[in-house]
This record gives sequence, C-alpha cells and structure tokens, in this order.
Amino acid sequence: MNISHFLAMGGYAVYVWPSYGLTATVVGLNIFWARRSLRQAQREARRRLAALKLAASS
Amino acid sequence: MAWVWFHRFGSPPHFYRLARRLAPWFGWPALILCVAGLIGGLGLAPPDYQQGDGFRIIYVHAPAAWLSLMVYVVMATSAAVGLIWRMNVAHAVAASCAPIGASFTALALATGMLYGRPMWGTYWEWDPRLTSELLLLFLYLGYMALRSAIDDVARADRASAVLAIVGVVDVPIIHYSVIWWNSLHQAPTVMKFGRPSMPASMLVPLLLMLAGFTFYFGALLLTRARGEILRRERNAHWISAALEES
Amino acid sequence: MRASRVAFIAAAASLMGRDLRLALRRAGDSLLPVGFFIVVTTLYPLALDPSLSSLRDIAPAALWVGALLSSLLALDLLFRDDAQDGALEQLALCGQSFAGLLLAKTAVHWLLTGLPLVLVAPLIAITLGAPYAAMAGILAALLLGTVALSLIGAVGAGLTLSLRRNGPLLALLVLPLAVPVLIFGARATALAVQGEPIAAPLYLLAAIAVLFATLSPWALAAAVRIGLE
Repeated sequence: MNISHFLAMGGYAVYVWPSYGLTATVVGLNIFWARRSLRQAQREARRRLAALKLAASS
Repeated sequence: MAWVWFHRFGSPPHFYRLARRLAPWFGWPALILCVAGLIGGLGLAPPDYQQGDGFRIIYVHAPAAWLSLMVYVVMATSAAVGLIWRMNVAHAVAASCAPIGASFTALALATGMLYGRPMWGTYWEWDPRLTSELLLLFLYLGYMALRSAIDDVARADRASAVLAIVGVVDVPIIHYSVIWWNSLHQAPTVMKFGRPSMPASMLVPLLLMLAGFTFYFGALLLTRARGEILRRERNAHWISAALEES
Repeated sequence: MRASRVAFIAAAASLMGRDLRLALRRAGDSLLPVGFFIVVTTLYPLALDPSLSSLRDIAPAALWVGALLSSLLALDLLFRDDAQDGALEQLALCGQSFAGLLLAKTAVHWLLTGLPLVLVAPLIAITLGAPYAAMAGILAALLLGTVALSLIGAVGAGLTLSLRRNGPLLALLVLPLAVPVLIFGARATALAVQGEPIAAPLYLLAAIAVLFATLSPWALAAAVRIGLE
C-alpha cells in the first residue's frame, strides 16, 4: 500500500480528507476554547480576589 | 453512602480539584483510542464493496453524531440535577456542555453532507439523520441564546435548565416524527452504517473512535466545568487556595 | 369535592373571566394573530402559480407554517402585561396551584387567539384550493395543533418573560420543539385534502397534545417563577 493510493482514498479523497480535516479542526478548537475559558475564569477570579483584598485592607 | 459521594461531588472546591486531577485520565485514553481507531479505520479496514473508501468518513461522522446526542443528554441531566438539588456544580457542567455539543452537531452535519455528496449525488437530502441533527443544532443554539440573553448567571442556569429538560423529552419525539415523515416521502435511503452486519475489521475501529471521542468529551467537560465553577463561586476562601495549586 | 379543589376552580374561573374581559376590551390585540395568519397565507398564491390545482399541493404547508408563525406572534399577549403590572406575582403568591392558574390563562389565550385561527382556516383552505370534503379534517388537525402550540409556546413565553421584546429568541426556542406538531398536523391536513383517511397522523398529533399538556404544568410554573425573580 503506497502513499498516493492511501491519499487518493479510492477516488473519494475530496470528501474524505476534508471530513477528517474539519474533525481535527473542531477537536482542536474545542480543546483550545476549553483551556482558554478556564484560564480566563482563573484570571478574573484572581483579579476579583485582589480587589477584595485591597478593599479589605484599606 | 452514595449520598455522601453525591454531595461531595457537588461541593465546588472538591469538584474543582478533582476535575483537575481526573482530566488527564480522560485525555490520554482518548488520544490512544482515537489513534488506534484511526489506524484501524484508515489503514486496516478493507474498502466497502458498495461505497469504496468513501465509507471511511464514518469514522469521524459517527463519533460526531454520537457526541451531539450524548452531550445533550448529559447537559439536560446535569441541568435537572442542578435545578432539583440547587447544585452550582451541576449547572456549571450543563453550561460547559452546550458549546461542545453544538460544535459537534455542526461537525456531524458537515461530515454528513460530505458523506452524502458521493453517495446520494447531492450535498443535502432531507433524510432523517441529517434533519434530526439540524433540529438538534437549533435546540443547542436556542439553549445558548437563552443563556446569554439572561444576565444573572443563576437565573440563566435555572431558565436554561427548564429548557433543556423540555428539550430532552422532546428530542426522541422529534426524532421519531422525522423518521415517520421521512418514510412517507420515500427519500433516498440512509447511509448503511450501524448495522450489525458490519465486519469486525470495520466495526472495531468505529467502536474505538466512539470510545475515544467519549473520553475526549470527558476531558473537555472537566476542563470547562472548572472555569464555570469559578465564575459561579463568590466565596473567597477556597478559591484563593485552589488558584495557588493550579 | 374537597374544599381546596372548589377553591381552585373558583379562583381559576375568576381568573379566566378577568382575562376574557380585559382581552375583549381590546379585541383588536387578540385578532392581530388571526389577521397575520390571513395575510401570510395570502402570500403563497402571490408567490406561486395561482392555479387552484397547484395551490392544493402546498395548502397544508401554507396553513401550518402560517399557524405556527401566528401562534408565536400571539404569545406576546399571554404573560407580558400581567408580568409588568405584578398580577402574575400575585397569582404565584395567592395560595392556589400556580401551574393550574397558568394553564387556565393559557386556555383563555388559546380561546382568544388559537380558536379564531381554527375557525378561519377552512376559508383560507378554500382559497388555496382545498376541496370541501377536507374541511372536517383541517378543522380537527388545526384544533389539536393550535392547542399543542399554545402549550409549548406558553413554556417558551414563560422562559423569556423577563427579557425585552425577544421575538426571534422565542421563535428559536419554540419552533424546533414544535416540529412534531408541524409534521403530524401538516400530514393530516395533506391527507384530508387528498381525501384519504387521516386517523393515523391525527392520533399522533393528539398524543403530542396530550404529552405537552402533561409536561407543561410543571414547565410553565417553573419557567414563569424563574422569569418573575
């Protein structure tokens, strides 16, 4: 089984590979969004806590 | 005994820390299962006698469709738990589900269309699966739209929980009414996957991919839910300690 | 009958009477959805070949899409005024079954906006080429369908109670949930127009209506309570 045969996917390449590409994109984007959402929430929580400490100490 | 577990789970600081520890236990198995599934599906499985190599789209389409449905059920269940037991953690889980479920529903539609084009000749047919996926996408979008329209997080949680519960009851009805409607109008036959007559060499990679995507969803959910919990918890004590750790 | 049951019936009756009286004072508001239905269904012949034989094919679709859209429009009348002037809160606090009272309000709302649509529909169906023999079937299907739509629409209206005029959001929430009503109702209407027996889809439509009636008390009360906070 050689590479070009594999890539051609029996003639269906134009449908198969974009499907896998889209899937990889959605999978990757979800990972990115999930981690970014967590990071943002952590940042906001830190900011809130810092503001609270400031208000309490003043 | 189960109740102790249940309420421990529902405690935000406990869940926050537990989620962080558990996430890799979902993430790595997901990767391994998906790699194994891809090797099997793209490399080892023989071409279908009818659909040639085109059938291999199923190895991404089926997991996407499975995720779209499963995530909705998880979303509705945790929303119900949050509503009944007034559990912030459950609401956080429900909120985390929506964007994941919506994006995979859209992916299921896109891969479904790419699968349909070589098999039916057109990118779109009103077959039961595609139509049901489309309606499911609308349900997700409505859920997310309702959430973002309500400013107060707690109220948004509760209102969207009611919507999710009504939706999850309606989903099987929608699905069966679409199948019924479709059978009347002799639409082109649905893609022939999912039948038990699939040989093991084709079926096993599919199962691996389904399992892999499920674990992947678990890892995503745990990550997102941690952020959502932070947004819902105003209590300073456990947050400052937890933030130090992570 | 138990005293509490009698008390509830009395409360519901007085609520329904009040709602009817208020609505009839401004009858124009209640008739707007029907007017919308008539206008929308008129658009189809204008957009297509107006020969009655070809209109007959799309008549079920035109009737049902029109019914769906005008029932969405009508939902604005259901809770909004009472939510704004505090009457809805009083209902929640008055000690009677909140879900029951909300259902009573929905029933009056259907009488004012859904029933007129059902009564007008045969006329519209004739303009769309439906045969006279189909009228009974069309009436039955739309009767069940508008009731089901009122029930599921009321839940949507309750969920969006506190939001500014959010027609598109309400549509996005309610229309997907109402798809089974559309499928079975349109099918029953199509069979009626063709002169075939309509029992199967009609029973399924009735089952949907019963399901919505079972689900909506809880969902309505929960949704409106959240909206009133």
